[in-house]
Amino acid sequence: MSLEALVTNLIAFVAIFSALMVVFHRNPMVSVVFLIVNLLCVALFFLFLDAQFLFAIQIIVYAGAIMVLFIFVVMLLNIRQIEEARPTWRVQRMLAYVGGPLLVAALWSALWRRSSSSGAFSGSFSNGFGSAEDMGRLLFGDYIFQFEAASVLLVVAMIGAVLLARRKES
Amino acid sequence: MMTSFLPLVAAVLFAIGAIGVLIRRNAIVILMCIELMLNAVNLTFAAYSYELRSMTGHIFIFFVMTVAAAEAAVGLGIVIAVFRKRHSADVDDVNLMRW
Repeated sequence: MSLEALVTNLIAFVAIFSALMVVFHRNPMVSVVFLIVNLLCVALFFLFLDAQFLFAIQIIVYAGAIMVLFIFVVMLLNIRQIEEARPTWRVQRMLAYVGGPLLVAALWSALWRRSSSSGAFSGSFSNGFGSAEDMGRLLFGDYIFQFEAASVLLVVAMIGAVLLARRKES
Repeated sequence: MMTSFLPLVAAVLFAIGAIGVLIRRNAIVILMCIELMLNAVNLTFAAYSYELRSMTGHIFIFFVMTVAAAEAAVGLGIVIAVFRKRHSADVDDVNLMRW
């Protein structure tokens, strides 16, 4: 096994382990920390896939901004561990454990045909594949309308979050 | 880099996120599981973008991240608003509109 395969397998293992810890750990604070680990693993995969710009954005926006928001809310609300007192609806739980592996099987069988012919497409990389420069050229060229729509979405989300979390004065 | 096993990793991550949404009742953890699923999709986009030598997948990832940020902000705002009223972040306590 080459070094690269070893490293990518290790990252994949850590990603899946941290995802499991996010779901199954009782303490939301621990879940947040493991979600950060998972996001960093995905960021490393981006780096391996020549997506340098997305690697930086993933760490700055996701692991930085969004996760700080989650940590802030978890600490602000200080939720007591009352979940075990009332277990989830049992049918829903069974559905999750049966449906999860089925979902993996369905997704994998859908993606397998494409993956098994890996390397069949032998296009070459453009010089700046994944760089901020090429990304900006695409965003402000072909995708300028979508980019502007995203900016409107962010403004609306910001106003919505402020209005929702505001304390009512009365 | 060999990308053939990345869709499998992404599928497993997505399924773990879906299981989390179903079995957890803490609204914040459910939001985190949604982030997990969005990230799994992003990983698939990046893998195929690499394999097809096309940067369109990167554009998709960029917009998914934008939507995820907006979703987290609004979702956590709702959680805080509900917590103020009911002193609980349990989704089973918010069932007025269920049926």
